[in-house]
Amino acid sequence: MNFYRSQILICGGTGCQSSGSIELVNTLKKEFKKHGIENEIEIVVTGCFGLCELGPVVIVYPEGVFYSRVEVKDIPELVEEQFVKGRILKRLVYHESMDEDKVRSLTDVEFFKKQRRVALRNCGVINPECIDEYLAFDGYKALEKILFEMTPDDVIQIMKEAGLRGRGGAGFPVFMKWQFAKNAIGDEKYVVCNADEGDPGAFMDRSILEGDPHSVIEAMAIAGFAIGSNQGYIYVRAEYPIAVKRLCIAINQAKEYGILGKNIFGTDFSFDLDIRLGAGAFVCGEETALLNSVEGKRGTPRPKPPFPANKGLFAKPTILNNVETFANIPIIILKGPEWFAEIGTEKSHGTKVFALGGKTNNTGLVEIPMGTTLREIVYDIGGGIPNGKKFKAAQTGGPSGGCIPAEHLDTPIDYDSLQQIGSIMGSGGLIIMDEDNCMVDIARFFMDFIVDESCGKCTPCRVGTKRMLEMLERITQGKGEEGDIERLEHLAYEIRDASLCGLGQTAPNPVLSTIRYFRDEYEAHIRDKKCPAGVCQALLSYVILKDKCKACGICAKKCPVNCISGKPKTPYEIDQDQCIKCGTCMEACPFGAIIKA
Amino acid sequence: MKSLKELEEIRKRTLENINLRKGREGYRIVVGMATCGIAAGARPVLTSIMDEVNKLDLKNVTVAQTGCIGACRFEPMVEVYSPDGEKVTYIKMNPEKAKAMVASHIKDGKVIDDYTMTVIDGKVIDPVSE
Ligand SMILES: Cc1cc2nc3c(=O)[nH]c(=O)nc-3n(C[C@H](O)[C@H](O)[C@H](O)COP(=O)(O)O)c2cc1C
Repeated sequence: MNFYRSQILICGGTGCQSSGSIELVNTLKKEFKKHGIENEIEIVVTGCFGLCELGPVVIVYPEGVFYSRVEVKDIPELVEEQFVKGRILKRLVYHESMDEDKVRSLTDVEFFKKQRRVALRNCGVINPECIDEYLAFDGYKALEKILFEMTPDDVIQIMKEAGLRGRGGAGFPVFMKWQFAKNAIGDEKYVVCNADEGDPGAFMDRSILEGDPHSVIEAMAIAGFAIGSNQGYIYVRAEYPIAVKRLCIAINQAKEYGILGKNIFGTDFSFDLDIRLGAGAFVCGEETALLNSVEGKRGTPRPKPPFPANKGLFAKPTILNNVETFANIPIIILKGPEWFAEIGTEKSHGTKVFALGGKTNNTGLVEIPMGTTLREIVYDIGGGIPNGKKFKAAQTGGPSGGCIPAEHLDTPIDYDSLQQIGSIMGSGGLIIMDEDNCMVDIARFFMDFIVDESCGKCTPCRVGTKRMLEMLERITQGKGEEGDIERLEHLAYEIRDASLCGLGQTAPNPVLSTIRYFRDEYEAHIRDKKCPAGVCQALLSYVILKDKCKACGICAKKCPVNCISGKPKTPYEIDQDQCIKCGTCMEACPFGAIIKA
Repeated sequence: MKSLKELEEIRKRTLENINLRKGREGYRIVVGMATCGIAAGARPVLTSIMDEVNKLDLKNVTVAQTGCIGACRFEPMVEVYSPDGEKVTYIKMNPEKAKAMVASHIKDGKVIDDYTMTVIDGKVIDPVSE
């Protein structure tokens, strides 16, 4: 083993890879060679650090310098300064992590200060393709501990005392599922990991699989021991190629080390794991549809009961948990349930990972203790709303969730509080919206998604969501009628109560919660034929302000449909019948004389 | 197939390496590597320190470089911070002296006074020329 004086960690998550982190690695290698220091500095490609907005992200140890948005052309200078001369290249240091010339520790940066990394503990810290690094961070010690010191009931008891609830959306207590499956009678039982992650914009699970695949593998083996199963499956969408590749590497390494397979650590417990790829259908994240898909059948849901714990995969007792749920388990075993139960609120223990997106200055992956308020996420971690705009609402839970308006910014984020205000914790999608977002349009967007993704097996969901979408489309096109809101609500309750699976049962949520908090916006669309946020094209027009127009004619030249006319010295005018509302004129006007109305 | 004992060894071994990313518990050796240091031969000093640390299999040591320490005529300079925060400055180092320093100071805790900077009445006394 080599002794390195320095390590350079480069984020190899999907976000940073697409902004070029792999080319950085190659260029670094070349530059290190050029200076003859290739044996002194180790390059470690890690999983996601969380600050995707600033990618590619690079951290240099032992100093802990945090470089952001590093490009290939920066590398020669970076190597020369940082590694040959030992000076920090201030130009590239993330501004928040510098404090009057002193490098601050990463944990002092606002973005990380209020976070607490439990499920993401190894992401961005270890090389996910190296089992030795996982081992060094106490990896597979939890498995060893339970195999030698505990009974399956002890393990389930720990899950109970820790109060771990599922992170896939519904928040069902882990211990209960495990207990049901353990008690169920069956010659074979299965452990399944749900890595389908279908919420638009969510990437928590992907980041865990990319950054710390062994933690999920270890947890699945622990679950296998607890319920008496020898076989697990990870169901992951094929659109996550990096995650799939790292999982394969991790499983092979674990098999090579005898951590998966027959007679693990010489005990009589055997456990094996396989990967099943999904084609990326939202409904396949629903547990029974997922089980069908793993079996090679069409991914449509099954009626419940029977529940998977009794009759799941291949009609055998099965537990199914989410990636993030699993990632919490090894550390709970090692640090004890009391340690975990102390994090968070009374009824929601631990942390939750969110994919923070939309209108905040910092976007990316954040892990917060339960009970953190939305305000802290938006303003402290997220750095506030860009361009001095006002916060309007946050959307959680994706197409199954709802929105949280400004009046609830101080609500603590936990399962129960979110449910009370009409949203859900969801699996971790968190989209921040400002005054430029139209809430009716948001509802229409999610309903459009649902109509695409409904599997069609049951009528309320297949037909009902389509009818809701048509109504929403009419409203956003200015063809809404009095009574539409009530019709939407009525249909929403029907679909909620009559659909076969969670997809249909929760599909009306975005509509219901936007009506609840932004009814006036619906009414403005329907009665006044206006979109207050200026989003719905059919309801807005571009007009030229006569007193500001200098008759320069630029707008007329830029207009793609030639519908702006005018003469020198007289204000120009837009022919509203011809206008396609592309907004090009507004952008082109040097005097700000064109506005949306 | 690895035994539990082998896994434990892998843990220990890898942790040494990863320690860079965690706390700084042990000795920290800092080599002055500004233009003056490099010109005076700091690179061979740095590499021989690393070789020696590696050869003696010393744990919990970080080797880092820094910019100009401020006394260019004494370069190559090496500063050693002990775990309790005390600092010893070695001056006019070369690869042989550096190796000896690692073996004596880092391994056995014995400072080699002959190589260090001595300050008497606010003046730096150069041990080599005086
Ligand atoms: C339409 C629909 C989509 C879902 N998608 C996911 C998903 O992508 N990932 C996930 O973990 N759970 C998803 N779920 C929830 C799962 O059905 C299941 O509750 C969860 O995986 C259980 O794991 P947990 O208890 O660890 O949270 C979805 C549910 C529904 C109804």
